[in-house]
Amino acid sequence: MPDIAVLIKRVPDTNAQIRASGDRVDLSSVKWVMSPYDEYALEAAMMHKEAKGGNVTAITLGAPECDKVLKDAKAIGVDRIIRVWGDSWSDLDSNQTQIALASAVRETSAEIVYCGKSAADTGAASTGPGVAERLGWASASNIIGLGFEDSGIEVIIPAASGNARTGVSLPAVISCDKGFCKPRKPNVKGIMMAKKAQVEIHAADIPASGINIVSHTPPPQKAPGQTFDGAANVPTVVTALRNDANVI
Amino acid sequence: MSETIVIAETKQGMLHPVTAELVTAASSLGAAPTLIVPGTDDSAAAAAADLAGVGRVIACVGDCFSAYDASSWAKAVDACAPAGIVVCAASQNGKDLASRLAARRSISVAQDVVAIDGTTLTQPIYAGKAMQNITLNGDAVISIRANTFAAAGGGGGAEVSVMNQSADIATAVREMIAKASERLDVAEADIIISGGRGMQDPANFVTLERIADTLGAAVGASRAAVDTWDEIPHSMQVGQTGKTVNPSLYIAVGISGAIQHLAGMRTSKYIVAINKDAEAPIFKHADYGIVSTWEEALPILESELKALLG
Repeated sequence: MPDIAVLIKRVPDTNAQIRASGDRVDLSSVKWVMSPYDEYALEAAMMHKEAKGGNVTAITLGAPECDKVLKDAKAIGVDRIIRVWGDSWSDLDSNQTQIALASAVRETSAEIVYCGKSAADTGAASTGPGVAERLGWASASNIIGLGFEDSGIEVIIPAASGNARTGVSLPAVISCDKGFCKPRKPNVKGIMMAKKAQVEIHAADIPASGINIVSHTPPPQKAPGQTFDGAANVPTVVTALRNDANVI
Repeated sequence: MSETIVIAETKQGMLHPVTAELVTAASSLGAAPTLIVPGTDDSAAAAAADLAGVGRVIACVGDCFSAYDASSWAKAVDACAPAGIVVCAASQNGKDLASRLAARRSISVAQDVVAIDGTTLTQPIYAGKAMQNITLNGDAVISIRANTFAAAGGGGGAEVSVMNQSADIATAVREMIAKASERLDVAEADIIISGGRGMQDPANFVTLERIADTLGAAVGASRAAVDTWDEIPHSMQVGQTGKTVNPSLYIAVGISGAIQHLAGMRTSKYIVAINKDAEAPIFKHADYGIVSTWEEALPILESELKALLG
C-alpha cells in the first residue's frame, strides 16, 4: 500500500477583488482559502487511502500563515502536514517551487501525489507535471474521473476527441479537475485534532529565480459599451455585430 | 538574441492553426525560430515549413505521439529541441508539456503569455483580474494564449529534417469515451453563448443550443448554473474555476456577471449581455447590452440570426 501526498496552496478567494497598488497587487484585505481545485485533490487522496490504505501527507509551500490550509487538511483527516519554506524566499518561480516541493515529496514515502489542476492565483497548471518530471514519475493532468486498481490507478482525462480512460502506473503525480468527487467537510473531532497538530517544516536548497517580476498592472479596460432597453433592440445589436464588429 | 524554439501544436496529426501564432510570438523574442513538429510521422512538417519566418523545421517522430503522454512527449521533444527560449501553445496539453520540458531542463516556465514587448512578457494572474509583467533570466519555456498574436503567413520554405525518437509511455489510453454531447467545447469555440441561473431551468438551455447551432457556437454556463443544476456539466463552466475563454463573440444570457465569471471571459473580443436586471454588473463589461428577459429577447435573436445566416 503506497503512501499518498497531496499538494495544497493558500490563495485569495476567487470572489476577491484584486487591485494593483503601486506596481504590485494589494492582497492585504483579501480572504484566503485553499485553492478550489486542491480541495478535489485532497478528497482524491482521502479516497485513495480509504480504497488502498497508506498514509496521506499534505504539503504546502509558503510562509507561516499558510499553516491554516494544512490545519484545514488535517481536520479532513490527513496523517502528516508539511510546510516547505525558507526565510529568505519570496516570489518563487516555477523552477524554485517545483524543486522545493519535489524535495518535500521525497521526504515522505509517497508513491502517488495529488494536486489541483491549477492554482487560483497563477492559473499556471505548471506544478503537477513539473514536480513529476523532477521526481522522474508519470503524470496525468486535469483528471475528471478516478478509480483504484491493484497496481495503479485509472483516470479519465478530457481530450478533444472525447474522454480518455487512461491507466497510470505508480509512482505518479495526478492533477485534479472539479467534478469527479465531492470534497468532504471536517467534523468537530477533526477540527479539534487539527488545532493540536504539529506542522513539520521542511527546508530545501533552491537555485536563483529565472524570472523577474517587473510589475503588476490592472487588466486592459475596454471602452464602455452601449446598453439598450428592451428586446425590441435585439435586431439593432445583431446588425451591429454583423456590420460594425464583423463577428457573425 | 536568444535561440527560439516553437513546439508545434497538432490536432489529429495535423498542424493546429495556433502554431502560426506561436511563430509570431517566438520571432519577437529572437532569431528565426526552430519549429519542432511532434508526431507519429512527419506528415505535418510540410505545412510547418510553409510558415513564413521559420528558420528550420524538425519533425520529431515517435510512436509515443499517438496520444498525449506527458513524460514521453517531454523526453522526445527535449531530445530534438536545442537550448533557448521554447514557445508552446497555452492549451491543456501545451501547458502540461511546457511545464515538463522546463522541469527537465531545470529552467522556469511562464504560462499564458498574452503580450511581448521587447524583453517584457505579460501574463494574466488571478484569472485576469491583474496582469503580471516579467522578464526572463536566460532560457525558459513559455506558453502563448491563442488569439493574442497575429498568425504568421505562408510562403516560407524552411528546410525539414526528421529526428526519430523512442520514449516509453507512462500512461496508456485504454478507451476513448465519446462525449455525452457532440457540441463544440467552449475552449475551442470562436463564438460562445452562455446561460446563467437567470435561465430559470436547465431545460431552457435548449433555446441557447438552437441559437448556438445557427451561429456555429459553443454553449457555456456560469458557475451558479453548474452548481445549481446537475444537468449542466462542469465542462460547460466558464470562469475562474471553469474554463478561461477568449472567443471573438461571447453572449451572456441571464448571467449577472460575478467577478468569478468575468475572470473567465473578459478578454472576449465582443461581449453581448442579455439580462432583465439593468443593474447587473455584466453590463459594465458588455459591448452591447440588452435589458430584457431571455424569454423576450432570445426568440427575436434566433429569428434574426436565422434570417441572416440561414
